[in-house]
Amino acid sequence: MTSRSEPDLAARGYTFSELMVAAAAREIGDGELVFVGMRLPMLAFLVARRTHAPSAVGLFENGVVRETPAAELLYTMGDPPNLRGATQCGEMTGVMALLQQGRVDAGFLGAAEVDRFGNLNTTWGYRHKEMQRLPGSGGACDIACLARRTVVMLAHERGRLCERVGHITSPGYGTGNGWRRSQGLPQASGPAAIITTLGVLRFGHDGEAYLASVHPGVSVEEVLANTGWTLRVADELMETPAPTDSELRITRELDPNHFWTR
Amino acid sequence: MPAESKLMSMRDAIARHVPSGSMVLLGAQLEQMIPFAAGHELIRQSRRDLTLVGPISDILFDQMIGAGCVARVMAAWIGNVSAGVGYCFRRAVERSVPRRLEVVDYSNFTMAMALHAGALGVPFLPTYATLGSDLLKKNGNLREFSSPVSEEKLVAVRALRPDVAILHVQRADSQGNGHIWGSLGVAVDGARAARKIIVVAEEIVEPEVIASDPNRTLVPGFLVAAVVHEPGGAHPSPVQGYYGRDHAYFSQYHEQTRRLEDFEDWLAHWVVQVSDRQEYRKRLGDGRVESLAVKEHAFSAPADFGY
Repeated sequence: MTSRSEPDLAARGYTFSELMVAAAAREIGDGELVFVGMRLPMLAFLVARRTHAPSAVGLFENGVVRETPAAELLYTMGDPPNLRGATQCGEMTGVMALLQQGRVDAGFLGAAEVDRFGNLNTTWGYRHKEMQRLPGSGGACDIACLARRTVVMLAHERGRLCERVGHITSPGYGTGNGWRRSQGLPQASGPAAIITTLGVLRFGHDGEAYLASVHPGVSVEEVLANTGWTLRVADELMETPAPTDSELRITRELDPNHFWTR
Repeated sequence: MPAESKLMSMRDAIARHVPSGSMVLLGAQLEQMIPFAAGHELIRQSRRDLTLVGPISDILFDQMIGAGCVARVMAAWIGNVSAGVGYCFRRAVERSVPRRLEVVDYSNFTMAMALHAGALGVPFLPTYATLGSDLLKKNGNLREFSSPVSEEKLVAVRALRPDVAILHVQRADSQGNGHIWGSLGVAVDGARAARKIIVVAEEIVEPEVIASDPNRTLVPGFLVAAVVHEPGGAHPSPVQGYYGRDHAYFSQYHEQTRRLEDFEDWLAHWVVQVSDRQEYRKRLGDGRVESLAVKEHAFSAPADFGY
């Protein structure tokens, strides 16, 4: 996800994408119901299941519930290997019912833009000062509204971590503390973490993101320079733990040609 | 007297049942079983001013928008699932090329709720989804209201009743009783919500085959207007038990439609200059069709309906 990955791979033995997968896997607790999505979150779910969360259950918007890894690399959640051996192939309303009941613990989301309160935009982009239409919500808005917590993953660029998103496709904490309740969103819901190519951001009680950890070899200054608002830094800033040997081994078994973890 | 068969060619099914201006549900099973053959026939018959409805529909919506068939799209996600953005969709929204396009943005769940409401025959259904989002502000079919039975804000999702649902199924009988398995998405609600259904089947089977497993009959024939036997009709999307997803086709489409003139070449080669699905399969080539075929069958255990 970043051009820095290749030299880092040689120096450290893992790519930033692999580090992000490990960090995302640790956001999943054992026994939890998780809206998985595709790409890096999918790998993270499978790594979590094979390490610390063997009874986590994966949900997909097409109605599929799955507890075991698919036999092949997936390009979409509807690929035949994701349906064979699934726990259940049902309707979209079936998995969305669990989400709306508040029974889904975590959901993973990507985004073109995220802002200081964790609001996401996947509808309109801006490049060379021109508006670009992006594909839209998919299930992201539903998950952002209704999952007990959400985890956002994206490349850390100043244009993508911005003060205020131009369009709220998927709501985070809006304008801050109390906003979600005022909109009528469930009490136990909202973004828990933003995992980027440079570090991990978490959210204070006021709903604003702060830098909780930096990845190995990344400076705080580099993170701040690549963030579009004045990012607060945790008093006890951590270094994101490197992927363990078993996390790396499993990630590479699942994605042997680094299709998703370039 | 046995009921008259509803079997007909794709050309006839589209000619009879999908006039210009129709609201058409496509891609109800999300990335599986997208009725590409039907979409291509709509393009060949120069349908105009269609409203497309569906959660995703992968690159089919992009193609139909690029071909100028579409006035309005109501969807949760429009693009190329494994490769990224849809360039025709972008050209239409950003530059009104080839024509102006109205986009009504849904989330997946609110699209499912709209069809569920249509299926139940009620004007709306409530949800918490989209509260606080700009989808709620901009989509007139999503309206905030106060719950009459609790102290809560909710979103009323207006029912959608598509004129036609085009559903790709694994097998059907000549009356349109259809078996679907795999990811169901919004197919069941979509079938009930639509005023008319066109079933596109990989295989036509005897009614006894369908009746042997009625739990799998997700499309009841009495709601079906036409049945089309179209093997390979969902390519490049997958059909569980019949063929896999042609990932390369999606990335090639991405590369070959970036510029408008390249899309026009693509459309001519794969749709306009092709008379029907048989010819399309010839253009794909035996090797490509063969490479997508099922490599290892995995039959479910039979269910005993005996008593």
